[in-house]
Amino acid sequence: MSQRIPVTELTPGFRGRAEEALTDGQLRNNFRVAMDSLMTKRANAFPDADEREGLRELGNRLKAGALSRLPDLLEQLEKKLTENGVKVHWAETVEEANELVHGIIEARKGSQVVKGKSMVSEEMEMNDYLAERGIECLESDMGEYIVQLDNEKPSHIIMPAIHKNARQVSKLFHDKLGEPETEDVNQLIQIGRRTLRRKFMDADVGVSGVNFAIAETGTLLLVENEGNGRMSTTAPPVHIAVTGIEKVVPNLRDVVPLVSLLTRSALGQPITTYVNLISGPRKPDELDGPEEVHLVLLDNGRTGAFADAQMRQTLNCIRCGACMNHCPVYTRVGGHTYGEVYPGPIGKIITPHMAGLDKVPDHPSASSLCGACGEVCPVKIPIPELLQRLRQENVKDPEQPQQVKGGGAKYSRTERWIWRGWQMLNTRPALYRSFLWAATRFRALAPKKAGPWTENHSAPVPARRSLHDLAARHLDQNGGRPS
Amino acid sequence: MTARANILGKLRSSLVGTTPRPDEFDEALVTAPWRYAPEDRIARLRSLMEAVHTEVHQCGSDNWPELVAELLNKRNLTNLLCAPSIEHGRALQAYFEATEQTIELLAYDQPVEAWKEELFWNVDASLTGTLGGIAATGTVVLWPDRHEPRLMSLVPPVHIALLKASEIHDNLYDMMVSQDWAAGLPTNVLLVSGPSKTADIEQVLAYGAHGPRELIVLVLEDL
Repeated sequence: MSQRIPVTELTPGFRGRAEEALTDGQLRNNFRVAMDSLMTKRANAFPDADEREGLRELGNRLKAGALSRLPDLLEQLEKKLTENGVKVHWAETVEEANELVHGIIEARKGSQVVKGKSMVSEEMEMNDYLAERGIECLESDMGEYIVQLDNEKPSHIIMPAIHKNARQVSKLFHDKLGEPETEDVNQLIQIGRRTLRRKFMDADVGVSGVNFAIAETGTLLLVENEGNGRMSTTAPPVHIAVTGIEKVVPNLRDVVPLVSLLTRSALGQPITTYVNLISGPRKPDELDGPEEVHLVLLDNGRTGAFADAQMRQTLNCIRCGACMNHCPVYTRVGGHTYGEVYPGPIGKIITPHMAGLDKVPDHPSASSLCGACGEVCPVKIPIPELLQRLRQENVKDPEQPQQVKGGGAKYSRTERWIWRGWQMLNTRPALYRSFLWAATRFRALAPKKAGPWTENHSAPVPARRSLHDLAARHLDQNGGRPS
Repeated sequence: MTARANILGKLRSSLVGTTPRPDEFDEALVTAPWRYAPEDRIARLRSLMEAVHTEVHQCGSDNWPELVAELLNKRNLTNLLCAPSIEHGRALQAYFEATEQTIELLAYDQPVEAWKEELFWNVDASLTGTLGGIAATGTVVLWPDRHEPRLMSLVPPVHIALLKASEIHDNLYDMMVSQDWAAGLPTNVLLVSGPSKTADIEQVLAYGAHGPRELIVLVLEDL
């Protein structure tokens, strides 16, 4: 058995965390089991390939159409929501968004917030921001609650605690909540239900994300299974929704195919338990519902992605998570390895616009480019193509103007010269022949190390004779004719 | 410059010289695969809802209060939140009074703030009407109003929903268009397709996460 050569020069980023994750058998097993199951569920949810492909095509056209008139739609959305009594706020950065949210809570003298699942609030690191200002912001999605209790971040955008098994959750509830240990998932969920019910009742403010914002009617649509989203947006006197600017669709009917694509791609469900359409705060004659509803529209790099016609396609994303469920890299290293809010293939193309490519230089390379992510994407984002584009952006000369924020982070002058040399060698026949002659004759002098390649492979050694040599000899021996 | 102006300005400058794509909605894609013969709609809705632990009963449009009493008694529930000011609430109340049921009927007749504690901890079950159902996905549609507020279908552990068989639509698109939802939505519309559930731990499905543990749909045969 050949001895595995250890990776000797770990970078602190993706590669380092990946190495760590790969040695964690429990983690790998948790992900393997979960992703296999999610892939099967999705496949079963789309039994008719023609219907699936037709719907994906429609999903793509609807999102691309909405983006082609995004500013007008955002204005229309704002107008309709305002007419409906919803207050609309705009934020360019996560700091601005947090200030807005904090301002709304402060105006109500609120101290307790319950939050439904929202990836944008993760972008904002809202929990920490509010906690620093004395406001408790409690996650109410079971998975999010579990990871918050363990001071972790979600490892999947749909199933935040997928990296944990029942035994680990049981231990966590025992340690943090003083509950008796049990690996019965029903009992664990009931512990969560009891704990959070009191919080829903007492909360001053509920925060949620938005799956689709409908410009035509001024409606915020949320999908969920647990009811925590409904609780968070209905029980407290104030509801604050936070969303990226790309979530707007023109018409109410547009959500029919999009919700179908979302729920079937994410969890293999024909629809989620609850689809919640919120079009305004409580009316004077109504007896419940929030008195105030706010929407915070966040940019956080999205206008940067929008400016580039190719990268704009990242904004089609409807956050179903199918790309990560089908990604051979994600399945093996898990969501935390990515170290960012959005893991997996979609994270690799979204994050550079938010954080800057220089902050996540390994992300575009952490892919086998097998194409599975692009194949399952319900809105047909060409993820592999965008990853290749980001790889190119990564090695551009940093002194030249960059098209993607933080581009050129992996630029290497040595590598550039090596490729120039390679080009020269392969475009000048005489030089090429001389090189080939020397490389085969002096093969013993070939370097024993070839950068990252030799971390996991033997060093390549030139053959004793080149193919040209062998072919020429063969032709000579056979009278210049093929045998 | 405000954040709004900056964001819209950046978006607009990125679109200079481009024309918006035409509206490319394809109605057939969201309707054709989801058509059912009228007699099959109930069966479709029923099988999908039962697959996610919903209890579905078919009953006459006049004898359903009897079934409600039976279902509550079977579970030893002591009270039921309903809307005595509207038709089905009145029918239920009349039946309960006539048959001297011991189950207490509660009304949601004051703002939630006045009785939040009681609603959250002391209400066993609720009964609401629906705007209709959707066969394609096994869904009932709730259209909360003053009589049947939003939390009524969410907070009590058991939710009973009345669904008229004649109001089951083939698919969501048909329902939205035939009822012209876009012309005016209430503050909150809900598509409900089962009791509250989660699979957040090891993907093991558990019911009763935050909303009702049980959803009971009574399909009233009014065809």
